[in-house]
Amino acid sequence: MAKGSKKINWNSIMEKSVRSEMKIVEEPKKPIAMHPKKFAMWLFMASVMMLFASLTSAYIVRQAEGNWLYFELPLLFYYTTAIIAVSSVTMQVAYFAAKKDNTGVVKIMVLITSVLGVLFLIGQVKGWGEMARQGVHFVGNPSGSFVIAISFVHGLHIISAVVFLLIVLNSAIRLRIHSKNMAQMEMCTTYWHFLGALWIYLFIFFLINR
Amino acid sequence: MATIDIHVHTEVHHHDDHEEHDHHGNFWTSYIFCQDHKVIAKQFLITGMAWALIGGVLSVIFRLQLGFPDAKLEWLRPLLGGWLTSDGKIDPEFYLALVTMHGTIMVFFVLTAGLSGTFSNFLIPLQVGARDMASGFMNMLSYWFFFLSSAVMFTSLFISTGPAGGGWTVYPPLSALPQAVQGSGLGMTLWLVSMALFIVSTLLGGINYITTIINMRTQGMSFTRLPLTIWAFFFTAIIGLLSFPVLFGAALLLIFDRSFGTSFYLSDIYIAGEALPHVGGSPILFQHLFWFLGHPEVYIVLLPALGITSEIIATNSRKPIFGYKAMVGSMLFITILSFVVWAHHMFVTGMNPFLGSIFTLLTLIIAVPSAVKIFNYVTTLWKGNIKFTSAMMFSIGLVSFFLTGGITGLFLGNSAVDIQLHDTYFVVAHFHLVMGSASFFGMIAGIYHWFPKMFGRMMDERLGSIHFWMTFVGVYLVFFPMHYIGIAGFPRRYYSWTNFETFSSFADLNMLVSIAAIVTLSAQFIFLFNFFYSIFRGRLASANPWDSNTIEWTTPRHPKHGNWPGDIPTVYRWPYDYSKPGAKEDYIPQTIPYSETPESNLPHENELIKLEMGNTGAIVIDEKKH
Ligand code: HEM
Ligand SMILES: [Cu+2]
Repeated sequence: MAKGSKKINWNSIMEKSVRSEMKIVEEPKKPIAMHPKKFAMWLFMASVMMLFASLTSAYIVRQAEGNWLYFELPLLFYYTTAIIAVSSVTMQVAYFAAKKDNTGVVKIMVLITSVLGVLFLIGQVKGWGEMARQGVHFVGNPSGSFVIAISFVHGLHIISAVVFLLIVLNSAIRLRIHSKNMAQMEMCTTYWHFLGALWIYLFIFFLINR
Repeated sequence: MATIDIHVHTEVHHHDDHEEHDHHGNFWTSYIFCQDHKVIAKQFLITGMAWALIGGVLSVIFRLQLGFPDAKLEWLRPLLGGWLTSDGKIDPEFYLALVTMHGTIMVFFVLTAGLSGTFSNFLIPLQVGARDMASGFMNMLSYWFFFLSSAVMFTSLFISTGPAGGGWTVYPPLSALPQAVQGSGLGMTLWLVSMALFIVSTLLGGINYITTIINMRTQGMSFTRLPLTIWAFFFTAIIGLLSFPVLFGAALLLIFDRSFGTSFYLSDIYIAGEALPHVGGSPILFQHLFWFLGHPEVYIVLLPALGITSEIIATNSRKPIFGYKAMVGSMLFITILSFVVWAHHMFVTGMNPFLGSIFTLLTLIIAVPSAVKIFNYVTTLWKGNIKFTSAMMFSIGLVSFFLTGGITGLFLGNSAVDIQLHDTYFVVAHFHLVMGSASFFGMIAGIYHWFPKMFGRMMDERLGSIHFWMTFVGVYLVFFPMHYIGIAGFPRRYYSWTNFETFSSFADLNMLVSIAAIVTLSAQFIFLFNFFYSIFRGRLASANPWDSNTIEWTTPRHPKHGNWPGDIPTVYRWPYDYSKPGAKEDYIPQTIPYSETPESNLPHENELIKLEMGNTGAIVIDEKKH
């Protein structure tokens, strides 16, 4: 409970008749109340979900119309998927460390996560190169265009998350992240897991619908 | 729970301390890059009004062409320049651009940003009892993204190839191929850039609205005590949050097709006998994506207007809103249904007739919650002690348009009937009444009603009433005849009908429509005069000029940043205690506890008194900090 407020018993105030000096308010009934910024973050993720839901359903609708080029997904995508999964683990380790005020570990783990994020991005771009060597280009049959466009848009989100990681790293260096000040860390962790899970969903989606 | 709330308090007290300082702040921080939701609301309002004027003038220009096809428009040359052909007629491609810009401006810039942007921003913190939005900074960004988006769209009006010309729905391949019409060149690119910025603005705004409504309500403001305005803004923001990203996806693929040579939407196209390299795409795909936003968009436009008018009609009928829960429930139902009816815009795209029947069914179900809303409006008015303020008249006007426009929706929603009516003026008549005019009236009603809170002065009621009657009659004269023209088969987005013998008998009707459009537009200048004159010279407003229950009227006449000088009031009852039997006055504001109104309490409300007294055990003491 924040400063400036305490829970006390109504009767005892009445007895002491200090009512006039204090403003008495009803216990607020708040069915859902979250940290507003965290809540906003969830809403943002909902809209990102909708963006990818629209792109993947466009994929299915278009595929159902036929004239669909079948090709092998680049091998690199398997590696990047592994990288993003590992980065979720390092992120979670950083989160636990922050909760235990272990700033040294936080810094290292956030740094590793950012590096893994960059590696993921490089891997994705090289994966497109691999597709090109198979003869599947961005321009051509929509089956290839879709894979590249969707992974590109996902990559843009990863870039935003890496920037967020660097902001968190900066806060950690300035000792602004600790067990009493977890909001930023929590938001970053949630966002990172979300984007990781999103890629894994997309990858499985591509594997199933080829 | 309580923790959060107290936390907010502490933060805000902080804010108050800074306020002095804010006030000595310069012009830039107080009026331009201001984070006060009330100032941002006014910025949205003024920008929206400017756009409405532009959109209205564009429609009158193309109505001149439709109503007076032989007229010489030389006198418009200073305005239109090269867009007039050498014999003084509107260039056919420019006609298409005009229609496209008119639609885009009205739907997105006026009735989405201008309506939601203004009233969600203004009313959410004031009516739920918050000092400001959850994030003032994001809110400010939301306006400036909208401003940028407006600037880009505005620029596109003046480039030599003209603005986008493929209709506000920008269907490919027309919009995807620069060779198609002039408007598909740079104009279309600017359209896409502008809309991308617009979507960012809407999402920033929407996230803020939802967060504020859920997390920042004052004590006692439970969901069942929210005014219907807030419910409407809440659902609107949710629809926007879920549907605008889809438009973003659609636009992104269109950008790839236009600028990078992909073929998401393009296939087998021959221009001047030569095949284009694009193969394998599907233009229907775009329609699915577009209308997945496009249909919810009509509710993004309409719901805030319904919320605003529910509030105004209850206040000015001096009666509780009939069926509060039914009103909320029907809005929720509309919100859900709005996502599953999009294909009724696509009945003639060669879709499977069975699928068509499913979408017909889902579409017709929307008639149920809509009818519930109309019924509740009418029963609220029934035997009310009606005060015909300007806001009230415009609200009743909305009910009328919602009904007449909604009925033709039943025709259009039937896939079999739509085959005849699709893309005719019948559709134009339908959506202008139910979406365009109804929402426009809701917006105007909101301005009349909350003007005293916005500017501390009253608008002139007599001018308001002249404005109402001219606009109300004008709108019906403009749009009602379009039903007949449409049933006769006249297609929309056609530059001219003089080449078709069948339509020559409609020349008089078209002329009447155009004259009515000019008169209706002129009537808006009465409003503009009233608005700007009243800002400076209007009668001073009292604190609660409409004897309303909602808590925005407990703020001072000119609320500062932070809204309430002292503590935020606590709320004890729902906002619709008008003419409660036994009560001393015909209204009981939300801030009056039941313990002060024993004469009018219902038995279960007497129970609530105990709650007010905090007998439940623990209560929170909020010590004053100054
Ligand atoms: C002065 C008032 C207005 C007049 C006279 C007017 C007139 C028209 C006409 C005649 C058309 C059809 C042109 C054609 O298809 O060839 C049109 C299109 C349209 N109008 Fe309006 N309108 C007015 C206000 C509004 C408002 C308030 C809205 C807001 C929803 C609106 C939204 C649209 C849209 C979305 C289109 C379709 C554009 C397209 O085909 O791409 N209009 N208007
Ligand atoms: Cu629709």
